[in-house]
Order: sequence, then structure tokens, then C-alpha cells
Amino acid sequence: MSATFLGMPGNFPKNAEKAVQNSQLRFNLRKATHTIRGKRASVVGELPDWQELRAAGKAIKDHTLRNLDRYLVQMEEAVTRAGGTVHWARDAAEANRIVADLVKATGETEVVKVKSMATQEINLNDALAAEGITAYETDLAELIVQLGDDFPSHILVPAIHRNRSEIREIFLEKMPKVPDNLTDDPPALAEAARLHLRERFLKSKVAISGANFMVAETGTLVVLESEGNGRMCLTLPRTLISVVGIEKLLPSWRDLEVFLQLLPRSSTGERMNPYTSMWTGAVEGQDFHLVLLDNGRTDVLADEVGRQALRCIRCSACLNVCPVYERAGGHAYGSVYPGPIGAILTPQLRGMGSDLDASLPYASSLCGACYEVCPVAIDIPEVLVDLRAKAPHAAAERAGMKVAGWIFNDHTRLAKAQRVATRLRKLVPKRLPGPLSAWTDTRDIPDIPEESFRDWWERNERA
Amino acid sequence: MRVALFITCVNDTLFPGTGKAVVSLLRRLGCDVDFPAAQTCCGQMHVNTGYRTEGVRLARHFTEVFAGYDAVVAPSGSCAAMVREQYPKLARPGSKGAAAIAEVVPKVYELSEFLIDVLKVEDVGAYFPHRVTYHPTCHSLRGLRLGDRPTRLLQHVRGLELVPLPEAEECCGFGGTFAVKNPAVSAAMGADKTRSILDTGAEVLCAADNSCLMHIGGTLSRQKTGVRTMHLAEILASTEEAQ
Repeated sequence: MSATFLGMPGNFPKNAEKAVQNSQLRFNLRKATHTIRGKRASVVGELPDWQELRAAGKAIKDHTLRNLDRYLVQMEEAVTRAGGTVHWARDAAEANRIVADLVKATGETEVVKVKSMATQEINLNDALAAEGITAYETDLAELIVQLGDDFPSHILVPAIHRNRSEIREIFLEKMPKVPDNLTDDPPALAEAARLHLRERFLKSKVAISGANFMVAETGTLVVLESEGNGRMCLTLPRTLISVVGIEKLLPSWRDLEVFLQLLPRSSTGERMNPYTSMWTGAVEGQDFHLVLLDNGRTDVLADEVGRQALRCIRCSACLNVCPVYERAGGHAYGSVYPGPIGAILTPQLRGMGSDLDASLPYASSLCGACYEVCPVAIDIPEVLVDLRAKAPHAAAERAGMKVAGWIFNDHTRLAKAQRVATRLRKLVPKRLPGPLSAWTDTRDIPDIPEESFRDWWERNERA
Repeated sequence: MRVALFITCVNDTLFPGTGKAVVSLLRRLGCDVDFPAAQTCCGQMHVNTGYRTEGVRLARHFTEVFAGYDAVVAPSGSCAAMVREQYPKLARPGSKGAAAIAEVVPKVYELSEFLIDVLKVEDVGAYFPHRVTYHPTCHSLRGLRLGDRPTRLLQHVRGLELVPLPEAEECCGFGGTFAVKNPAVSAAMGADKTRSILDTGAEVLCAADNSCLMHIGGTLSRQKTGVRTMHLAEILASTEEAQ
């Protein structure tokens, strides 16, 4: 029942064009992103040492990534010592196989999940379904997305593109035992979801989670959440399987302190998140498995400029300030990671072999707002520009850019080109042909002047 | 002070009036202005679109043309930001190119920086009796961190009524080749920006970047709003005699 991003057709400009025409979507997105943007700005503004915290977060992540091999082994040893089992997964297929085998070994056919982007990234729900195992999302927004047979469109608020009346309709149609008189009042919707989920928690013997952080020195995993459903998932079932990207590591508890400040303020605009759950190895009566997921991350780590994307703590601050995300919506990015961070992370993790992935580095006006709010100072515009240099370019564009480069390489050529433009100035049509028609569809082109600046200077100053 | 004007390729070709305004403004303030004729383009379009080789070549050309001046003034936040932010990343550390970049880059100023930080003037003796709103373009705002320098200059212009622009810090949607590569999103951003501008009731939209103004102005013109766009330099160069 879960949808998948894999093999999504189209490319960013085409997807975005459709989204822009959806006025309901634009209204929902604008309202939600502006609200959360304002909240973030106000709680970040409260901390006089925010820039120092940000620098500390960046430094800790960089240090960890530089020594990732060492800390991962330390993590494995600590988890094993605490009675857990560590599995290493090179890619999505390997991770899915490990998880499916672990679930099958329990004899169960249903599992509950606490929101995990890593499992979305590897499309775990579909892989489990293929083995006859049904995965139930328990995060409220993920549940809405799953019931609606839809894709998540935001890192923090996966159902940001839905309004409450749409959610009511999804519940009425897809949620068993939902009251017929369900209104679209948020508390009523939350209560319906709560009753639905409570039953799942009490019945389920196996849970699958992600983690926001892993602490190498103790082998502890950390989940930050708002609803408490994650905590139910983590504690009630007999078997807990956590699938976590290898970049989520932190060396020590002291380092965690920095991120427990950076994440909630950047993410939900709260001083502290309502629920912080931590677990170390297996508690009594529970089996614990940690699946450490690579899936392209070591390739990203090998890239000098792009590796900073692995500092990401998935707060979604960059999405909420991004003018492009606000208009295009999360689905246009064709990945579980939308917005500015998705535009740099997805093409690095997946490569730029598809039209969609090759178009993602261009899904930005390079306005720089994302860099400014990033709590770990990922210079997203820098990575975008670097990826653009590696992206495949269309032949016509390449030819045009070569000609432009040739003209700019010598001022006499530039002057000649300007004089040609001046001579033809009366002939330039109001609607331009080819790719330039994109300009004249919604904007007038400026008049070409009678004389370029350099010719004016030549005439006045050198004479 | 021997000041080189880096006009930028967009201004040179499409907005020569901005260059003329910078020349008259800087001369009025006592500068010896030169226009090195060999200059072309900073390479931003190439670098930001993914054509690094061409961009590097243009950066090398830029450093050759502008070596030896006390200051290089560019009437464009975006091109000044390109030189200051991106050039140092284009050359191999320790190379000759890196040394040339390190030599030239600190002397490159955006116009309002040069006026306030180097010439130490805020009142440039301008007169412009109109209602004006100011859009801080992204590279001026977040790249160069111009802060309130441009609006401080505008506040000293006699006759000028400066009205604040709602959601001023939002990108207008130009983004260089972004406007052509993602036309739908760019147009949507442009439409929201023009709505904010119309809300101010201003007659003139001012900015420090003609490329953004070309996109916003083209949108305003297509919508037949009657609002004009003007580069900061043109307002600052304007005097009572010229009116």
C-alpha cells in the first residue's frame, strides 16, 4: 500500500510546473512554511550563542565524518556489548533483505514503524510487502501519507501538502472503525488516529525505527519526536529493528547536547521537542537489531565539496525557507528528501543517471536562504553549483554556452556582438523562440539600447 | 583614487545608463574613474550553470584586466559576490591563479560598499522626488551582506520617499539561468514579488542588480503596472539639475 519514489518519471521543472498550477497546494504550502519559518526565527533569535552552536554542530559532524570508520566500529562494539546485534547494509537491497529476514524469523506478518526517512529511502515497506509483511506507519503524518497511498512531501511534515478536509476524507475512506460523524477538526482527527494506532501498538510484536542520532561511545540510539508514538513503538514490541544511515553518528554524549539544541529549534521551532527517547542495546525481554545503512553515503563522503551534505540532521529548516520548495512542493523532487537538501543529497546518493536526478541541482535560484538557516552550516548553494558542473548538459545548451564563452573571452568579440544586437534591436520579436520563450511567456524583454556602455565610453572618453 | 569600473556584461549590453550613472556619480565624488576596455564578464553564468572550464577562463581574464587598480567598483551585487565568494574556490590553492585572485578580490566593491566603506559618504548629493521601494537582491543581502548600506544612501536622497517592501528578503525568482530552466517556479516567484511591490504604492522599484530588475521589471511591464525599475546608481546619480 505504500507508494514509491523509485523510477519516478519526469524531471523537476515539469513536476514543478504542474504543482505551481495547483492553487490549493500553493496555499497549503505557503501557510505551513511561513508559520514554521516564523516560529524557527523567533526561537533561534532567543539564543545569543546560536552561531557558536551552529559552528559546533558543523565541527562535530565534520570530525565524525572524517573518522567515521573508527566511530562506526566503536558503535558496533558498544551495541554488541549491550546485547544488541549489528548488521551492515551496503545498499537498499541488502538492508531490505536483512530487515525482512529478521521479521520473518519472528514469525510475524505485521510490523509497526516509527517515522524513518532511511526506510523510506530504501523503500522498505514495499520490500516487506513483497514478503507478505505489512508495515504500519505510526507517525501521524506518515500515517496520513500511507493511508492516502501517497508520497511524503516534507522531511518533518510529510503530509504538509494535505489540508484537514482532505485528511478527513482519507480517514473516512481508509481507516477501519472510524466514526461516521468524524469532523475535520484537528483534535477529532488526532483522536481518531490515536485510537487507530493504540490498537496497533498493543498488537504488534515487531517494530522498525530510524534514529536521529547514534552515540558511539555508549552505543545509544536517540529519537526526537512530538507525538509519543515513537516511544510506544520503541518500548512495546518484542523485537526492535533500527535502520540508520551511517552518517547519523556522534562520538559522545557531550556532542549530543549541541544537537538537542540545534534540532528542535531548527525543525519544529520549539525550544525542546516533546519526546526524546534513547535506547542502548537490548532491554530485558526485547531483541534489538541495528542495521547500519550505507546506500551511497561513502560515495558522498568521498566527494570533497559534496560530503558536507552528510552533516544534515534532517531538520527541514532549508525546506521551510526555500522559495522554490514553497512553489514546487515536495513531490516535484521525486525523493524522500525534498527541498534544498534533497536537491544536493538525492543526486549524490542516486547519481545523476535519470532526467529527474540530473535536474535536481538546478532546482534552486541560488538565493542562499537555505545556507543561512542550516543548523550545521551546509553551504547548499556551493554544493549545487559543484553538482551542476558534474551534471549532464543538453547539446544545444552546451553549444550556446560555448559560443557565449568564446564571445566573453575577448572584448573585441563582445563589442562586435553588442553592435550586431544594436543593429537588430528593432527586429527582436516580443516572443522569443526556443528555450528563451520561457522568458517571454511571462515577462517583457528589455529594449536593446542604441549603444552599449563600452561604445559610449569609447566615443566620449577616448575621443 | 584610481577606480576601475567593472560595468558587468549585462549592464554593458542592456543597461548602459547604469554605467553612465556610476561614472557621473563617482566623478562628482572626486574619483578618477577608468573603464578598462578589455573587461568582459565575471563568468557567473557559466560557473552557476555548470560550465566551470569557461568560468575559470573568464575569472582569469578578470584578474588580468583588473590587476593594478586601487579599487574595482561593480554596480551589481551579484557579480561582486561572484568575484568575492566564488573566485577563491575556482583556483587550485598555491597556484598562480590563486595568487592573482587573492590580489584582486579584496579590492572589488559593490557600489554601495564603495560609497559607504571606502569614500565614507552617505549623502551623495542626489535629488529624486519620487516614492521608491527597495528590493535587496539575494546576492547583495546574503552573499555580500550589504545590510542597510543601500537604504542608508537612499534615505539621504532629497525628495525621495522610501517605503518598505513587504517580504523584501524573498528571492524574486530570477536566479540567472534558473529563470529559463525552471520557468514556472521563476514566474510564480516573480508574480509574488510584483504583488509585494504593488502593495507599497511605490512608483519606482530600486535594486543594486539589473539582472534581477530585468526579471522583475519585465514582469511588472507585462502586467502593465506602470511601476518603473531603476538601478541604485541611477537614483544616486540623479540631481536637481538633471531632473
